[in-house]
Order: sequence, then C-alpha cells, then structure tokens
Amino acid sequence: MKPLLEITDVCLSYHSLSGETPALSHISFQLMPGEFLAIVGPSGCGKSTLLNLICGLIRPEQGQILLDGTPVTSGDCRIGYMLQKDHLLEWRTIYKNVLLGLEIRKELTAEKLAYVDQLLSDYGLDKFRSAHPSELSGGMRQRAALIRTLALKPELLLLDEPFSALDYQTRLNVSDDIGRILRQEKKTAILVTHDIAEAISMADRVIILSPRPAIICKIVPIHFDLENRTPMDSRNAPDFKSYFNLIWRELNHDA
Amino acid sequence: MMPEASYHQQQYLRHQKREKKLVTFLRIFILLLFLVLWEISARTGLIDSFIFSSPGMIWHSFCSMCSDGSIFPHLSVTITETLVSFLFVVVLGTGMAVLLWTCPRLAKITEPYLVVLNSLPKSALAPLLIVWLGANERTIIVCGMSVAIFGSILNLYTGFGEADPEKLKLIETLGGGKKEKLMKIILPSSVPLLLSVMKVNIGLCLVGVIIGEFIGARKGLGYLIIYSSQTFKLTWVLMSIIILCIIAIILYGLLGLVEKRARR
Repeated sequence: MKPLLEITDVCLSYHSLSGETPALSHISFQLMPGEFLAIVGPSGCGKSTLLNLICGLIRPEQGQILLDGTPVTSGDCRIGYMLQKDHLLEWRTIYKNVLLGLEIRKELTAEKLAYVDQLLSDYGLDKFRSAHPSELSGGMRQRAALIRTLALKPELLLLDEPFSALDYQTRLNVSDDIGRILRQEKKTAILVTHDIAEAISMADRVIILSPRPAIICKIVPIHFDLENRTPMDSRNAPDFKSYFNLIWRELNHDA
Repeated sequence: MMPEASYHQQQYLRHQKREKKLVTFLRIFILLLFLVLWEISARTGLIDSFIFSSPGMIWHSFCSMCSDGSIFPHLSVTITETLVSFLFVVVLGTGMAVLLWTCPRLAKITEPYLVVLNSLPKSALAPLLIVWLGANERTIIVCGMSVAIFGSILNLYTGFGEADPEKLKLIETLGGGKKEKLMKIILPSSVPLLLSVMKVNIGLCLVGVIIGEFIGARKGLGYLIIYSSQTFKLTWVLMSIIILCIIAIILYGLLGLVEKRARR
C-alpha cells in the first residue's frame, strides 16, 4: 500500500528582527491511508507549526511534503483542519456554519448538500440546523465544527488540540465522540496534543517530538487487542498504563 | 405561566423599579426647576432678559417663527446637510477602512497622516474649504464630513485588525483568501463596531455642519445663530441651540433604534 502522506527531511526556522530560531529539524515520517497518528511534545515545540506545514499554510525551508504523491498547496482542498476552538461564527446558524467551507470553495452542489444533510442527521445535529452556535453545548459545537470540515470530504484531517478548550468531562466525551466519527468515516488523521492519554486513546501511532528545535524522538505504535476500539475502550485497556509510562519517560528524557 | 416569584425576589424587583422611577423623575425635575428659575429670575429682573432671554420668550419666538414659516428652511437645510455628510462618512469611511485592511502596506504608510488629520481641529479647515469650494451647501457637507471621516477610518480599521486571527486562519484552511476573510469574518463581526462608530459620527457631522454654516451659509441653524448674535437677538440664538439639542437627541435616538434592530 502506498503512503497517503510523505514527509521527508522537513526543516523550518522562525524569523524575527532579533534573530532566527530553528523550530523543526529534519522531520520525516509517513502516514498510511486510514491511519490515525498523534503527535505529542512539550508546549511550544512546533507541533502546530508542523500542522501548518502539512496543510500548506506555510512552506518548509527544506524538505518536501507530498500528499498522494503531489506537493501540498495553501488551502489544499484535500486537507481538512480542525483548530483548537470550534470557531463557529455566532452570526450564522449551525447549518450556515457547516456550509462555510463549501461556500468558500464554491461547491454548493446538490450532491455535497445531500452529504451535509446526511452528516447532520447521522451525528444528531439535524434539529439544531437553524439554531445559533451559542445555543449549543461545547460538545455539540465541536461536532458542528467537525461536520464543517468533513463536508469538504478531505482525504486527510488535521486536528490541532481540538479538545483543549473544553472542560475535562466534556473533553473525554467529545474526544470519544470525534474519535468514533472519524473511524466510522474511515478518515486518515493527524492529531496534535500535549495530552498523552488523549494521544494513546485515539491514535494508531504516536510521534514524540523533542523540545525546540523539534526532532522526532520516537515513534510508538499503539496496539490494543480490541476490535473497533473507541477512545474510551482504550483508556480502560490493561496496556494503556504501560504506553502512558513509555511516552511519559520519553518526553521527560531530557528534563 | 411564570411561577410566583419569592418574597425576596419581589422585593428586589420592586426596589429596582422604584430606583428607575426615581432617576427618571429627578431628571425631569432638574430640567423643570432650571426652566422655572430661569423664567422667574428673568421676570423679576434678577438677570438681564436682553442677554439671557427666558424660556417664555424663546417659546414665543419659536411659535411665531413656526407660524410665519421662517424657521423651516433653516431646519431642513441643517438636517439635510448633516444626513448627507453622515451618509458620505459611513460609505467613504467603511470603504477606506476596507482598502487599508486589504493593503496593509498602504495602511502603514498613511497611518501618521491619518492620525495628524484626525487630531487636527477641523474648524480650522472650514475657512479654507469656503475659499476653495465656495459658500454653498456642498462646502458645508464637506465641512461636516471633515470632522468625522478620519476618526471613523481609524476606528474601523483598528476594529478590523482586532478580528480573531484564528477565525481568519479557519478561512485559510477552508481555502479562502482575502476576499472571503473580509466577507465572511471581518465585515459581519464589525457590525456592532460600525453601529457605535455611526452613533458618534452623526453628532460629529452636526458639529461640522454648524461650523461650516457659521462662516459660509445663508441658511441653516448655524447661520441663524451667527446672524442673530450679531444683531443681538439672543433669544433666537438660544432657541437655535435648543433646537440643535433636540435634533441631536433625535438623530442619536434613531441610530439607537437601528442598533437595537441589528442586535436582534
């Protein structure tokens, strides 16, 4: 099977008047179709920068990023991006919000609209169509944000700490929820997080980044003997603790 | 039906209601007291009614100017000029702010000029405008605009810049460019700002129009004030000022209504 995403030897520095700070150094990894990858690392190590590179918002100074064999471009329609907050627009209804991406790409075709309808009814937002975001709970809002991204049928989903703005209980529920939806829709995804437990519970592989300038310390494949596991199942699996300790040790290696 | 409020809740509500009534009452009371004292002291000769006039005299001359119709041209000229200059300020101000937002380099270059023009006392420009553009209504409208335009450009541009960068990033990740950012995020999120800028502007336009009428007009309340002060008809001056107060209140109130509608 061919990898969906190939990242080879990517380097990037931040530039400011006071000087140059290396952010990412010689990052290489591959991602298979349908795989769920998590990236963990200390805060400020360049995790989000890596996502910005993958979706083409910034270009690497060295190395290349190929999606399906072709380089990514800015606002690449093959990639969906979920930000830290849901960023639903308060002045639009939920329906108008989930259509935002299609509107911008001028793809409001009958077929795409039917797909949105399908997603809305599958994930219980049908009756909130004409509601405004402020009327929804945090979890529901995050679902709406996910549907906004899924509506574009991206081949690859990037999740930038999408649960960090939620309180702990909602966070567990929502990550369980989103994790299940992504598996159901058979999406390939990269999750960036600083929460080790979240990474293990959702991902097939976890990449551990070092403090800045970030290099890949270790790639940990996660395997539980569970069929169709949900993030919540994983958290209860007996191996969970040992994965946690492994990654914990690796992250604190230099400290 | 709403459940019966508890005793303490009722007391709280009653207290709030009483407080509100009291404030309204005192507001009106102060006005009436002021008017009555003014009238009495003018009649008893405590103040010189030739200089200070009196509410009665003001009312009387207002009524006579209404009945012979001589007040209406002044009123309509001032109000039209204010509204037209306000309209231009809103359109041009928003347009310029959008232009500056789309072209950050232009914004950086022009910023010091805008700041200086904004802090300049605009009444200083009025004589110049009269000479350049002539003593006509167009000049007065430009005069009204000059007071409000620079401030609104700066305010709106700053407001545009305060849009959530993460929301703009969202548009980028969805494949949108500058135009989409402007149409989907910047403009819709700036509606409250635009309304509050408009509320300030309507007053400023009125100020500018009056300044313009002071020096280069044959009609309008500003002209009426200057004309009557030079002929020592101070009753007319005071009457014009009171009319201006009422116009300002009405214009501001109308925009308040628009704002309320937009909020819904």
